[in-house]
Amino acid sequence: MASRVIVVTSGKGGVGKTTTTANVAAALAEMGNKVVAIDGDVGLRNLDVVMGMENRIVYTLIDAIEGACRLNQAVIRDKRVENLYMLPTAQSRTKDAVTPQQMIDVCNELRKDYDYILVDCPAGIEAGFKNAAAGADEALVVATPEVSSVRDADRIIGLLEAMEKSPIRLIVNRIRRDMVKRGDMLGVSDVLDVLAIDLIGMIPDDEAIITSANSGILLTASSGSPASRAFKNIAARVAGEDVPFMNLDSNESAGIFHRIKTMFGF
Amino acid sequence: MSFISNFSNLLGLGRMGRAGKSGDMAKSRLTLAIAHDRTDISPGTIENMRHDIIDVIKKYAEIDEEHIELDLENDKSNGYFALVASIPVMKVRRTRGSL
Repeated sequence: MASRVIVVTSGKGGVGKTTTTANVAAALAEMGNKVVAIDGDVGLRNLDVVMGMENRIVYTLIDAIEGACRLNQAVIRDKRVENLYMLPTAQSRTKDAVTPQQMIDVCNELRKDYDYILVDCPAGIEAGFKNAAAGADEALVVATPEVSSVRDADRIIGLLEAMEKSPIRLIVNRIRRDMVKRGDMLGVSDVLDVLAIDLIGMIPDDEAIITSANSGILLTASSGSPASRAFKNIAARVAGEDVPFMNLDSNESAGIFHRIKTMFGF
Repeated sequence: MSFISNFSNLLGLGRMGRAGKSGDMAKSRLTLAIAHDRTDISPGTIENMRHDIIDVIKKYAEIDEEHIELDLENDKSNGYFALVASIPVMKVRRTRGSL
Protein backbone atom coordinates (compact mmCIF):
# COMPACT_ATOMS: atom_id res chain seq x y z
CA MET A 1 0.00 0.00 0.00
CA ALA A 2 1.26 3.45 -0.87
CA SER A 3 1.73 5.71 2.13
CA ARG A 4 -0.66 8.58 2.59
CA VAL A 5 0.17 11.95 4.10
CA ILE A 6 -2.89 13.66 5.57
CA VAL A 7 -2.94 17.16 7.06
CA VAL A 8 -5.50 17.83 9.81
CA THR A 9 -6.43 21.49 9.65
CA SER A 10 -9.21 23.98 10.40
CA GLY A 11 -8.25 27.61 10.01
CA LYS A 12 -9.69 28.52 13.41
CA GLY A 13 -7.91 27.50 16.58
CA GLY A 14 -9.39 25.43 19.37
CA VAL A 15 -11.77 23.34 17.30
CA GLY A 16 -10.09 19.99 17.89
CA LYS A 17 -7.30 19.50 15.34
CA THR A 18 -4.82 18.05 17.81
CA THR A 19 -7.37 15.77 19.47
CA THR A 20 -8.54 14.57 16.07
CA THR A 21 -5.00 13.99 14.82
CA ALA A 22 -4.08 11.97 17.91
CA ASN A 23 -7.21 9.86 18.07
CA VAL A 24 -7.59 9.18 14.36
CA ALA A 25 -3.89 8.24 14.23
CA ALA A 26 -4.41 5.85 17.17
CA ALA A 27 -7.51 4.33 15.59
CA LEU A 28 -5.66 3.79 12.31
CA ALA A 29 -2.82 2.14 14.25
CA GLU A 30 -5.26 -0.12 16.11
CA MET A 31 -6.51 -1.25 12.70
CA GLY A 32 -3.00 -2.57 12.05
CA ASN A 33 -1.49 0.33 10.13
CA LYS A 34 1.88 1.83 10.99
CA VAL A 35 1.09 5.44 11.75
CA VAL A 36 3.08 8.54 12.68
CA ALA A 37 1.46 11.78 13.85
CA ILE A 38 3.57 14.88 13.27
CA ASP A 39 3.16 18.01 15.38
CA GLY A 40 3.13 20.80 12.80
CA ASP A 41 2.66 23.58 15.33
CA VAL A 42 6.21 24.86 15.87
CA GLY A 43 6.40 26.93 19.06
CA LEU A 44 2.98 25.89 20.37
CA ARG A 45 3.29 22.14 20.44
CA ASN A 46 0.52 20.12 22.06
CA LEU A 47 0.31 16.81 20.30
CA ASP A 48 2.86 15.52 22.83
CA VAL A 49 0.68 16.26 25.87
CA VAL A 50 -2.52 15.06 24.24
CA MET A 51 -0.80 11.76 23.40
CA GLY A 52 0.85 11.55 26.82
CA MET A 53 4.40 11.66 25.46
CA GLU A 54 5.59 15.04 26.75
CA ASN A 55 8.19 13.48 29.05
CA ARG A 56 9.77 11.39 26.35
CA ILE A 57 10.92 14.06 23.90
CA VAL A 58 14.66 14.11 23.30
CA TYR A 59 14.89 15.34 19.74
CA THR A 60 12.33 17.18 17.62
CA LEU A 61 11.38 17.60 13.99
CA ILE A 62 13.44 20.80 13.96
CA ASP A 63 16.54 18.98 15.27
CA ALA A 64 16.14 16.44 12.49
CA ILE A 65 15.72 19.16 9.85
CA GLU A 66 18.79 20.97 11.14
CA GLY A 67 20.84 17.78 11.15
CA ALA A 68 21.25 17.55 14.94
CA CYS A 69 19.80 14.03 14.78
CA ARG A 70 18.43 11.52 12.32
CA LEU A 71 14.71 11.71 11.61
CA ASN A 72 14.00 8.34 13.20
CA GLN A 73 15.71 9.45 16.42
CA ALA A 74 13.11 12.19 16.83
CA VAL A 75 10.16 9.83 16.34
CA ILE A 76 8.67 8.49 19.61
CA ARG A 77 6.89 5.16 19.84
CA ASP A 78 3.59 5.04 21.73
CA LYS A 79 3.81 2.53 24.57
CA ARG A 80 0.09 1.84 24.75
CA VAL A 81 -0.95 1.64 21.11
CA GLU A 82 1.06 -0.66 18.91
CA ASN A 83 2.18 0.76 15.55
CA LEU A 84 1.57 4.35 16.70
CA TYR A 85 4.36 6.93 16.62
CA MET A 86 4.65 10.66 17.18
CA LEU A 87 7.09 13.20 15.79
CA PRO A 88 7.23 16.21 18.13
CA THR A 89 8.18 19.71 17.10
CA ALA A 90 10.22 22.33 18.93
CA GLN A 91 8.58 24.47 21.59
CA SER A 92 11.26 27.16 21.77
CA ARG A 93 11.27 27.99 18.06
CA THR A 94 8.97 29.77 15.62
CA LYS A 95 7.21 28.88 12.39
CA ASP A 96 10.12 30.06 10.25
CA ALA A 97 12.33 27.28 11.64
CA VAL A 98 10.86 25.13 8.83
CA THR A 99 10.30 25.65 5.12
CA PRO A 100 7.62 23.97 3.00
CA GLN A 101 10.31 22.09 1.07
CA GLN A 102 11.78 20.72 4.29
CA MET A 103 8.35 19.45 5.33
CA ILE A 104 7.91 17.80 1.94
CA ASP A 105 11.28 16.08 2.40
CA VAL A 106 10.41 14.92 5.92
CA CYS A 107 7.06 13.52 4.79
CA ASN A 108 8.67 11.74 1.87
CA GLU A 109 11.28 10.15 4.10
CA LEU A 110 8.57 8.97 6.51
CA ARG A 111 6.60 7.44 3.63
CA LYS A 112 9.27 4.73 3.46
CA ASP A 113 8.39 3.47 6.94
CA TYR A 114 4.77 4.39 7.63
CA ASP A 115 1.38 3.64 6.09
CA TYR A 116 -0.16 6.87 7.35
CA ILE A 117 1.48 10.18 8.19
CA LEU A 118 -0.91 12.62 9.89
CA VAL A 119 0.18 16.22 10.25
CA ASP A 120 -1.39 18.30 13.02
CA CYS A 121 -1.61 21.78 11.51
CA PRO A 122 -1.45 25.04 13.48
CA ALA A 123 -4.35 27.49 13.39
CA GLY A 124 -4.19 30.29 10.87
CA ILE A 125 -3.50 30.53 7.16
CA GLU A 126 0.08 31.76 7.29
CA ALA A 127 3.48 30.06 7.23
CA GLY A 128 2.61 27.43 9.84
CA PHE A 129 -0.35 26.23 7.80
CA LYS A 130 1.59 26.30 4.56
CA ASN A 131 4.43 24.27 6.08
CA ALA A 132 2.11 21.71 7.64
CA ALA A 133 0.13 21.28 4.44
CA ALA A 134 3.11 21.28 2.08
CA GLY A 135 3.95 17.59 2.32
CA ALA A 136 0.36 16.33 2.46
CA ASP A 137 -1.56 14.55 -0.28
CA GLU A 138 -4.95 15.00 1.29
CA ALA A 139 -6.68 16.90 4.11
CA LEU A 140 -9.11 16.48 6.96
CA VAL A 141 -10.78 19.78 7.82
CA VAL A 142 -12.13 20.01 11.36
CA ALA A 143 -14.94 22.44 12.09
CA THR A 144 -17.33 22.95 14.97
CA PRO A 145 -20.94 23.95 14.22
CA GLU A 146 -20.25 27.63 14.93
CA VAL A 147 -20.24 30.52 12.49
CA SER A 148 -16.62 31.50 13.10
CA SER A 149 -15.34 27.97 12.70
CA VAL A 150 -17.37 27.21 9.57
CA ARG A 151 -16.35 30.46 7.93
CA ASP A 152 -12.67 29.79 8.63
CA ALA A 153 -13.09 26.22 7.38
CA ASP A 154 -14.39 27.60 4.10
CA ARG A 155 -11.30 29.76 3.76
CA ILE A 156 -8.97 26.86 4.52
CA ILE A 157 -10.80 24.62 2.04
CA GLY A 158 -10.21 27.23 -0.66
CA LEU A 159 -6.50 27.31 0.13
CA LEU A 160 -6.24 23.51 0.23
CA GLU A 161 -8.00 23.30 -3.14
CA ALA A 162 -5.53 25.82 -4.56
CA MET A 163 -2.72 23.59 -3.23
CA GLU A 164 -4.39 20.67 -5.05
CA LYS A 165 -4.87 18.52 -1.95
CA SER A 166 -7.33 15.72 -2.67
CA PRO A 167 -9.51 14.49 -1.17
CA ILE A 168 -10.41 17.28 1.26
CA ARG A 169 -12.94 15.94 3.73
CA LEU A 170 -14.83 17.44 6.62
CA ILE A 171 -15.09 16.44 10.27
CA VAL A 172 -17.79 18.20 12.25
CA ASN A 173 -16.68 18.23 15.86
CA ARG A 174 -18.27 19.08 19.18
CA ILE A 175 -21.85 18.55 18.10
CA ARG A 176 -24.39 19.12 20.85
CA ARG A 177 -27.47 17.07 20.18
CA ASP A 178 -29.64 19.00 22.58
CA MET A 179 -28.85 22.33 20.94
CA VAL A 180 -29.29 21.02 17.39
CA LYS A 181 -32.57 19.47 18.48
CA ARG A 182 -34.01 22.77 19.59
CA GLY A 183 -32.68 24.59 16.55
CA ASP A 184 -29.97 26.53 18.34
CA MET A 185 -26.98 24.89 16.67
CA LEU A 186 -26.09 24.31 13.05
CA GLY A 187 -26.79 20.71 12.12
CA VAL A 188 -24.26 18.64 10.17
CA SER A 189 -26.42 18.95 7.05
CA ASP A 190 -26.41 22.74 7.45
CA VAL A 191 -22.61 22.81 7.66
CA LEU A 192 -22.37 20.56 4.60
CA ASP A 193 -24.77 22.81 2.68
CA VAL A 194 -22.62 25.82 3.41
CA LEU A 195 -19.21 24.25 2.79
CA ALA A 196 -20.09 21.85 -0.03
CA ILE A 197 -17.39 19.27 0.68
CA ASP A 198 -17.56 15.58 1.58
CA LEU A 199 -18.16 14.57 5.17
CA ILE A 200 -15.91 11.98 6.78
CA GLY A 201 -17.02 12.17 10.38
CA MET A 202 -19.20 13.64 13.09
CA ILE A 203 -17.95 13.87 16.65
CA PRO A 204 -20.31 14.55 19.53
CA ASP A 205 -19.38 16.98 22.27
CA ASP A 206 -18.10 14.41 24.75
CA GLU A 207 -16.55 14.94 28.17
CA ALA A 208 -14.38 11.91 27.50
CA ILE A 209 -12.34 14.06 25.09
CA ILE A 210 -11.36 16.39 27.93
CA THR A 211 -10.66 13.64 30.45
CA SER A 212 -8.62 11.79 27.84
CA ALA A 213 -6.48 14.87 27.22
CA ASN A 214 -6.21 15.42 30.99
CA SER A 215 -4.69 11.99 31.45
CA GLY A 216 -2.79 11.81 28.17
CA ILE A 217 -4.45 8.47 27.42
CA LEU A 218 -5.98 8.39 23.98
CA LEU A 219 -9.72 7.79 23.70
CA THR A 220 -9.48 4.90 21.32
CA ALA A 221 -7.53 2.90 23.87
CA SER A 222 -10.33 3.14 26.43
CA SER A 223 -13.13 2.94 23.84
CA GLY A 224 -16.82 2.91 24.49
CA SER A 225 -17.43 6.67 24.64
CA PRO A 226 -19.44 8.25 21.81
CA ALA A 227 -16.41 10.27 20.70
CA SER A 228 -14.15 7.23 20.56
CA ARG A 229 -16.66 5.47 18.32
CA ALA A 230 -16.70 8.56 16.13
CA PHE A 231 -12.89 8.55 15.81
CA LYS A 232 -12.89 4.84 14.98
CA ASN A 233 -15.46 5.43 12.25
CA ILE A 234 -13.39 8.26 10.82
CA ALA A 235 -10.27 6.10 10.77
CA ALA A 236 -12.17 3.30 9.03
CA ARG A 237 -13.45 5.73 6.40
CA VAL A 238 -9.96 7.17 5.92
CA ALA A 239 -8.79 3.60 5.31
CA GLY A 240 -11.46 3.25 2.62
CA GLU A 241 -14.05 1.27 4.53
CA ASP A 242 -17.64 2.09 3.78
CA VAL A 243 -18.97 2.95 7.23
CA PRO A 244 -22.47 4.36 6.78
CA PHE A 245 -23.50 7.68 8.27
CA MET A 246 -26.76 6.89 9.91
CA ASN A 247 -29.62 8.84 8.35
CA LEU A 248 -27.43 11.53 6.91
CA ASP A 249 -29.49 12.20 3.82
CA SER A 250 -29.14 15.87 3.05
CA ASN A 251 -32.77 16.63 2.53
CA GLU A 252 -33.07 20.36 1.98
CA SER A 253 -36.43 20.67 3.63
CA ALA A 254 -35.40 18.44 6.49
CA GLY A 255 -37.21 19.37 9.63
CA ILE A 256 -36.25 19.03 13.20
CA PHE A 257 -36.89 15.29 13.31
CA HIS A 258 -34.53 14.69 10.46
CA ARG A 259 -31.86 16.59 12.33
CA ILE A 260 -32.35 14.55 15.46
CA LYS A 261 -31.96 11.34 13.50
CA THR A 262 -28.90 12.79 11.82
CA MET A 263 -27.28 13.26 15.19
CA PHE A 264 -27.38 9.60 16.11
CA GLY A 265 -25.12 8.52 13.30
CA PHE A 266 -21.77 10.08 14.05
CA MET B 1 -23.78 35.55 -16.08
CA SER B 2 -25.41 34.46 -12.90
CA PHE B 3 -26.79 37.94 -12.60
CA ILE B 4 -28.49 37.70 -15.97
CA SER B 5 -29.79 34.21 -15.34
CA ASN B 6 -31.40 35.48 -12.20
CA PHE B 7 -32.84 38.56 -13.83
CA SER B 8 -36.26 37.00 -13.66
CA ASN B 9 -36.01 37.32 -9.92
CA LEU B 10 -36.04 41.05 -10.35
CA LEU B 11 -39.76 41.03 -10.86
CA GLY B 12 -40.44 38.68 -8.02
CA LEU B 13 -41.88 39.81 -4.78
CA GLY B 14 -39.83 39.83 -1.62
CA ARG B 15 -38.32 36.55 -0.52
CA MET B 16 -39.55 34.85 2.57
CA GLY B 17 -37.81 35.91 5.72
CA ARG B 18 -36.24 33.31 7.97
CA ALA B 19 -37.77 32.57 11.31
CA GLY B 20 -36.20 33.02 14.69
CA LYS B 21 -34.13 29.92 15.58
CA SER B 22 -30.51 30.86 16.09
CA GLY B 23 -29.32 27.81 14.16
CA ASP B 24 -31.19 29.07 11.09
CA MET B 25 -29.81 32.56 11.60
CA ALA B 26 -26.32 31.07 11.79
CA LYS B 27 -26.83 29.29 8.49
CA SER B 28 -28.17 32.28 6.60
CA ARG B 29 -25.56 34.65 8.00
CA LEU B 30 -22.78 32.21 7.23
CA THR B 31 -23.99 31.60 3.70
CA LEU B 32 -23.87 35.33 3.02
CA ALA B 33 -20.53 35.93 4.75
CA ILE B 34 -18.92 33.05 2.86
CA ALA B 35 -20.41 34.22 -0.42
CA HIS B 36 -18.71 37.58 0.11
CA ASP B 37 -15.46 35.89 1.20
CA ARG B 38 -15.33 33.63 -1.84
CA THR B 39 -16.19 36.21 -4.44
CA ASP B 40 -14.21 38.95 -2.77
CA ILE B 41 -17.06 41.36 -3.37
CA SER B 42 -17.43 43.67 -0.40
CA PRO B 43 -20.78 44.66 1.04
CA GLY B 44 -19.92 48.21 -0.07
CA THR B 45 -19.58 47.13 -3.68
CA ILE B 46 -22.93 45.36 -3.45
CA GLU B 47 -24.43 48.59 -2.17
CA ASN B 48 -23.02 50.52 -5.15
CA MET B 49 -24.39 47.90 -7.54
CA ARG B 50 -27.71 48.17 -5.84
CA HIS B 51 -27.89 51.91 -6.51
CA ASP B 52 -26.91 51.47 -10.15
CA ILE B 53 -29.38 48.63 -10.72
CA ILE B 54 -32.17 50.66 -9.14
CA ASP B 55 -31.42 53.54 -11.51
CA VAL B 56 -31.71 51.23 -14.50
CA ILE B 57 -34.89 49.50 -13.35
CA LYS B 58 -36.49 52.87 -12.60
CA LYS B 59 -36.31 53.71 -16.28
CA TYR B 60 -38.77 50.90 -16.93
CA ALA B 61 -40.85 50.51 -13.84
CA GLU B 62 -41.91 52.12 -10.61
CA ILE B 63 -40.36 50.13 -7.84
CA ASP B 64 -40.55 49.99 -4.08
CA GLU B 65 -37.05 51.15 -3.24
CA GLU B 66 -37.50 50.53 0.47
CA HIS B 67 -37.98 46.79 0.01
CA ILE B 68 -35.29 45.87 -2.47
CA GLU B 69 -33.10 42.90 -1.57
CA LEU B 70 -29.85 42.30 -3.39
CA ASP B 71 -27.45 39.64 -2.17
CA LEU B 72 -25.05 36.96 -3.17
CA GLU B 73 -26.51 33.51 -2.69
CA ASN B 74 -25.15 30.02 -2.95
CA ASP B 75 -26.89 28.36 -5.88
CA LYS B 76 -26.64 24.74 -4.82
CA SER B 77 -27.88 23.32 -8.10
CA ASN B 78 -24.73 24.35 -9.94
CA GLY B 79 -22.32 25.22 -7.15
CA TYR B 80 -21.95 28.85 -8.20
CA PHE B 81 -22.78 32.02 -6.41
CA ALA B 82 -25.65 33.99 -7.78
CA LEU B 83 -26.41 37.64 -7.38
CA VAL B 84 -30.07 37.49 -6.49
CA ALA B 85 -32.25 40.56 -6.48
CA SER B 86 -35.78 40.91 -5.28
CA ILE B 87 -37.27 44.20 -6.43
CA PRO B 88 -40.96 44.84 -5.76
CA VAL B 89 -42.49 46.41 -8.89
CA MET B 90 -45.35 48.85 -8.31
CA LYS B 91 -46.13 49.63 -11.94
CA VAL B 92 -44.45 48.99 -15.28
CA ARG B 93 -44.00 52.14 -17.36
CA ARG B 94 -45.65 52.11 -20.79
CA THR B 95 -43.01 54.06 -22.64
CA ARG B 96 -39.89 51.96 -22.38
CA GLY B 97 -36.69 53.78 -21.76
CA SER B 98 -38.16 57.22 -21.21
CA LEU B 99 -37.37 58.98 -17.99
